Amino acid sequence: MNSETLQELVDKERQAEQPAHIIRVCNAAGCRSAGGEALLKGLGETVKQRGLDKTCGVKGVGCMGLCAAGPLVRIDEDRMYQHVTDKDADALVDAVDGAAPESVQRLPADLPFFTKQKKVVLENCGEIDPERIEDYVAAGGYGALVKALTEMAPEQVIAEVTKSGLRGRGGAGFPTGLKWSTVAKAESSEGRKFVICNADEGDPGAFMDRCVLESDPHRVLEGMALAAYAVGAQHGYVYVRAEYPLAIERLKLAIRQARKLGFLGPEICDTPFTFNVELRLGAGAFVCGEETALIASIEGKRGQPRPRPPYPASSGLWGQPTLINNVETLANIAPIVRHGGDWLAQVGTEKSKGTKVFALAGRINNTGLIEVPMGIKLREIIEDMAGGIPEGKAFKAVQTGGPSGGCIPADHLDMAVDYESLAAAGSIMGSGGMIVMDETSNMVDVARYFMDFCMSESCGKCVPCRVGTWQMHELLKRILAGDASRADLDQLVELCEMVRATSLCGLGQTAPNPVLSTLRFFPEEYDNLLVDVAGATSAIKEVSS
Amino acid sequence: MIASLTKPEPPTDDKRWKVVDTTMRRNGYADHALIEALHSVQEWFGYIDEPAMRYVARSLNVPLSKVYGVATFYHYFTMRPPGKHACVVCLGTACYIKGAQQLVDQVSERFHVAPGRTSDDGELSLLTARCLGSCGLAPAVVFDGQVEGNLTPEALNQRLDEMVKS
Repeated sequence: MNSETLQELVDKERQAEQPAHIIRVCNAAGCRSAGGEALLKGLGETVKQRGLDKTCGVKGVGCMGLCAAGPLVRIDEDRMYQHVTDKDADALVDAVDGAAPESVQRLPADLPFFTKQKKVVLENCGEIDPERIEDYVAAGGYGALVKALTEMAPEQVIAEVTKSGLRGRGGAGFPTGLKWSTVAKAESSEGRKFVICNADEGDPGAFMDRCVLESDPHRVLEGMALAAYAVGAQHGYVYVRAEYPLAIERLKLAIRQARKLGFLGPEICDTPFTFNVELRLGAGAFVCGEETALIASIEGKRGQPRPRPPYPASSGLWGQPTLINNVETLANIAPIVRHGGDWLAQVGTEKSKGTKVFALAGRINNTGLIEVPMGIKLREIIEDMAGGIPEGKAFKAVQTGGPSGGCIPADHLDMAVDYESLAAAGSIMGSGGMIVMDETSNMVDVARYFMDFCMSESCGKCVPCRVGTWQMHELLKRILAGDASRADLDQLVELCEMVRATSLCGLGQTAPNPVLSTLRFFPEEYDNLLVDVAGATSAIKEVSS
Repeated sequence: MIASLTKPEPPTDDKRWKVVDTTMRRNGYADHALIEALHSVQEWFGYIDEPAMRYVARSLNVPLSKVYGVATFYHYFTMRPPGKHACVVCLGTACYIKGAQQLVDQVSERFHVAPGRTSDDGELSLLTARCLGSCGLAPAVVFDGQVEGNLTPEALNQRLDEMVKS
C-alpha cells in the first residue's frame, strides 16, 4: 500500500455506483438491543422485494448518538426517524421519495442534542459501515497513516500531537505529546517497544469507547499505527473488555481487513515500518484500567498494579518501553495528523484542547452519546442537549468520573467543562460518563454505591485500599441505616484522607472522592441520618471549606 | 523453568478441549496465554472447574496456584456450572439510579437464588454486571444473551415467565 494505491482505492469506492438514496440504520449495541438488527435485515429485504435496490441503498452504520430514541434510522443526510421497528420497513421505504410516513416518528433536525455537537472523534459514527474498510478509506481513512509514513519523520508526528495540546482522554489528562516523546526517547534493552490501546472501559455508566470501537474500529487502529511509527514500536495490543462482544467482533474483523490491505503487517506503505496488532480480552477487573495492572493482565497475570516509577514509558510490557493510550485519545490522532496540530488546538480552552465525548445517562430525557468542545457550559449539556429531567422532576446533581469522580450540584451548572474546572469542583473529567440524578436520588446511597464498587474491585495488594474501602463501606451502611453518630462520620472523613494519601494506585487514591464530594455539597443528607444530629462538630465544615 | 516434555492429556475426550488446546498452541504454550486459555475454557464449557485448571496449568507449565489465583481474581471467570437459563442484571450507575437493585431482589426472591448463584433446580443463574455499557436502555437485563432495556418489574416477571417455559 502506498499513496497512489490508496488514492485508487478511494476513487474506486467513490465512483462505485451510488444509489440515489441511502437509508442508514444504527447498528451499535444500544440500537441493536432495541431491535436494530432485525430492522436492518427487514429494510434490506423490503427494498429488494420492491425492486428498489438500484436506487436505494441500505447500510448498517455505527452509533448515531441518541440511544434513548433507538433504533434510529436516517434517510439521506437530514431525515432522521426514531423508535423504528421492523414493522415500519414499508413505511420507511415509502418515505425515501419524500412521502411523510405516519407510523414512524421523525426526529427534528434542529435538536440541540445534535446541533451543539462538534465531531472529531465521532465524525464517522453513524456515517460509515464499521464492517467495511473501503467505507473508512473513502471517508479519508488511513490517509493520515500514509501521509505520515511517506512525508513525515516520527519526530514530526510527535510535534503535531504536542502542538495540538491533546491530553489523555482516559481520565487523568496527561499531555499526549509528552508521553509519546518520552517513549520515543526511551531505550529498549531488546530493541522492542509496544503500543497498547486501553479499551478496558470499566467506569459504570460510561460507554464512549465501546461506541467508538463498534462504530469506527479502523480509526483506533490507524491511531495505534501512527503512535507506533512515532515512538518506534513494532507491536500493539488492544486490551478490550470481554463484556463488549460486538466491539471485539468488529475489531477482529478490522484487524484482518487492515492486514489484508497492508495498513498493518510488514513494510507498510513500502517503508521499513512494520506493525502488528493483537487483541487481548479483559476478564472483568476494573483495576485493569490502571496501566501497570493492565500490563500485568496482558502478561497473563493477576491484574495488580505495581509502584511507579519506573513508568511504563521506560519499563512496561515485558520490561520494554510501552506507550499506553486510551481509545478516545488514539481516535484523535488521525485527524490531528491529517489537518495538523493547530487545527485541533483551535477548539477548546487554553489548557484543555479539542473535544470530549460524553455518555449521558441517568435521569434525563436524551440518554446517549455526545461530543462537545472542551469548555462548554455544563448547563448547556444538561438542560439543552440532555433535554432536562423526565416527569417534571428537579435536577439534583451530575456525577462525572465514575467511582473516582464526584457529584456536581445545581449551583455549579454554569461551570465550564474542562480538566481544571472539574477538578476544582471536586470531581474529575474521567473517561466521560455523565450520570444525572434528580431530586429522588439519595446522595448518601450514591456514595455507598460507589464505595461498594471500589471495595469489590480493590485488587487487595495494598492495605489502605483493601481494608479502608471495606471500613468506609461499613460506615456508610451504618449511616444509611440510621445507626451512626457524629463520631462515625468524623471517622469516615479521617479514613477518606488516609486512603487517599496512602493507597498504591489510582483506584484507592480516588475511591474517597464520591464520599468527599457528596459531603461537600450535600452535608444535610448525611446530617439528617445521624443519631445525634444536634451535636455539631468539625467534619462537615472542614470538607466544605 | 524446565519445560514439561510430554503434552498433558485433556481431562476428558470431549472435542471442545481441542479448541482450548488450539488457543494455547496459537500462543506457543507461553505462560502469558493463561488468561486467553481460561477465556477459551469458559467460552466452550461455561465454567472453569478444577480438572480444567490442572490441564491448563500443565499445558502452559505454570503452577496450579497461579492458575487458581488468576481464575479467581477476575470476576468474569466462574467456577460454578451455569444454570439452564441466565439472567444478568446490570448494576452500572445509570441502571442503579433507575432501580436495578429492585430487579435483582425481585429475581432473587422469585427463584430463591442469591446473586452470583444458580437456583437449586438448576433452572436459572442470577448474575449481576458492573456495567453493560447500555446505559441508554437503563435499567437493562440480559436474558440468555439478549439485552433488553427499560425494564419495569412487571416486564421483568413476564420475560422470566417466557424464559423458564422455553
